Amino acid sequence: MSLDRSEVENIAMLARLKIEEQDVPHYVDALSSILDLVDEMQAIDTQGVTPLANPLDSVQRLRADEVTEDNQREHFQSIAPATDAGLYLVPKVIE
Amino acid sequence: MSTDTLMNNSTLKQLSEGLARGEYSSVELTEAYLKRIDSTDGDLNAFITVTADQARTQAAAADERRASGQAGPLTGVPIAHKDIFCTQGVRTSCGSKILDNFTAPYESTVTHKLQDAGMVMLGKTNLDEFAMGSSTESSFYGPTRNPWNTEVIPGGSSGGSAAAVASGQAPVATGTDTGGSIRQPAALCNLTGLKPTYGRVSRWGMIAYGSSLDQGGPIARTAEDAALLLNSMAGFDHKDSTSKDIAVPDYTADLDKPLDGLRIGLPKEYFGEGLNSDIAARVQAGVQELEKLGATVKEISLPRTRLSIPAYYIIAPAEASTNLSRFDGVRFGYRCENPTDLLDMYTRTRAEGFGEEVKRRIMVGTYALSAGYYDAYYNKAQQLRRLIKDDFQNAFAEVDVIAGPTTPSPAWKLGAKSNDPVAMYLEDIYTLSVNLAGLPGMSVPCGQVDGLPVGLQLIGNYFAEAQLLNVAHQYQQVTDWHQQTPAFG
Repeated sequence: MSLDRSEVENIAMLARLKIEEQDVPHYVDALSSILDLVDEMQAIDTQGVTPLANPLDSVQRLRADEVTEDNQREHFQSIAPATDAGLYLVPKVIE
Repeated sequence: MSTDTLMNNSTLKQLSEGLARGEYSSVELTEAYLKRIDSTDGDLNAFITVTADQARTQAAAADERRASGQAGPLTGVPIAHKDIFCTQGVRTSCGSKILDNFTAPYESTVTHKLQDAGMVMLGKTNLDEFAMGSSTESSFYGPTRNPWNTEVIPGGSSGGSAAAVASGQAPVATGTDTGGSIRQPAALCNLTGLKPTYGRVSRWGMIAYGSSLDQGGPIARTAEDAALLLNSMAGFDHKDSTSKDIAVPDYTADLDKPLDGLRIGLPKEYFGEGLNSDIAARVQAGVQELEKLGATVKEISLPRTRLSIPAYYIIAPAEASTNLSRFDGVRFGYRCENPTDLLDMYTRTRAEGFGEEVKRRIMVGTYALSAGYYDAYYNKAQQLRRLIKDDFQNAFAEVDVIAGPTTPSPAWKLGAKSNDPVAMYLEDIYTLSVNLAGLPGMSVPCGQVDGLPVGLQLIGNYFAEAQLLNVAHQYQQVTDWHQQTPAFG
């Protein structure tokens, strides 16, 4: 199965990855060859087979809704690229 | 005994006994290993970060603990940690530029438990970026080299840990295994590596790649050392929602059990086309040793083995694409210079911060999970995963342990497969299915091919780590492959 240029550009946007114009053909080839590799699974009849999401078929463990962690905002923000007054700063979103 | 001899040949068990007898202190031992790292890592690049000051402090504390009569079997023994485990106050890079400036604000459960046992952290070892690879070539910090031959790869993704132990830079190390990343480098560096059952070892603080596949485990010289480490690594952790609340046995208790009556299955699919014939011969010879020890051997079939490649290379990238969405330049890690707007910041931060293989897998995963393709790819792969698990369960109705090769070929030259991701993926054929099924698997040294080590893989049923360690230990009582060390350095 091969992808075309616009599909690869769309995937890159969904994945929030900037791909340079000249690198697009490289990704078209690489992703197409990986999809070729996985395409052999399409020949297998899996009708009625329940998908296995967890190898032990475990379900989500529940716990009481209690506070178990202290607030460590300053500690965690000490490694952030940009903060102010306890907030994480990003480029302006709304004018 | 000179410190060099001490380090090149010593097991964790021997060092533990030497410390207990007072032959050397943890401070002396730690200095010797730091010196060894200093003199050899220029050639190997096994470490991303050496934590010398912290190691000296921990060693001194371990000696004090021993003096006060509080030492356990691991107290004072040095260890290297794969740089995928968060270590508080120490850079935790995962081999990526995007985390090059990341100092972990908390400690992973695994490293915390080993620290509690009194182990001394020498540093953080190199890996394929975000553990995505089989060669440790995709690290932002450059490739690690194999001490058996510095022209070849050490395997991956835990290649730094394996190279460190094989070269005597550390007696033991931690690794993680999503598709073979403990077992394959252990095989290619002549070490004993164990991937536990999914849920046996806490994933908390272990940077996630494929969350339904990832497991941490030990990389060591012997099965006995792996058992000693697993005793401290394993156990229930309420911080990991997939951790299993099952009691941890003493993994050293069954090591000496005779193998009489043990039923071993050899999957015919593991000995077919694609397997290097010299590796096949070494693995067969290893199995014959187990027969001499009282095991019975029969051929079995795991018919869906081949399908583990497509299933894995959908499921792992899909999980990776969601896990790695957290790297966005907002709260920690790399942020691009002068972003023009929020979207520009996200897309350039990620494009500049991630390497090629990581981008490829994020894109494959994004595609497999995107609207209109979910059923054809992700759901289909999860159905195959069920069939692969069923194959193993059918096999375990007839046999106790499955044996075969860990890898289809010995270590390859650096760069030989770098431009061909699909060729690299095919090297994982014998290890992937074990992760998809969530089973425990081991690699044990079973000989050499053209001077390069190869591994015998042992696969057990769920939570049968003690049985695997027993088989491996008995094998190591009658063979000496695991005692061979490279001429390096």
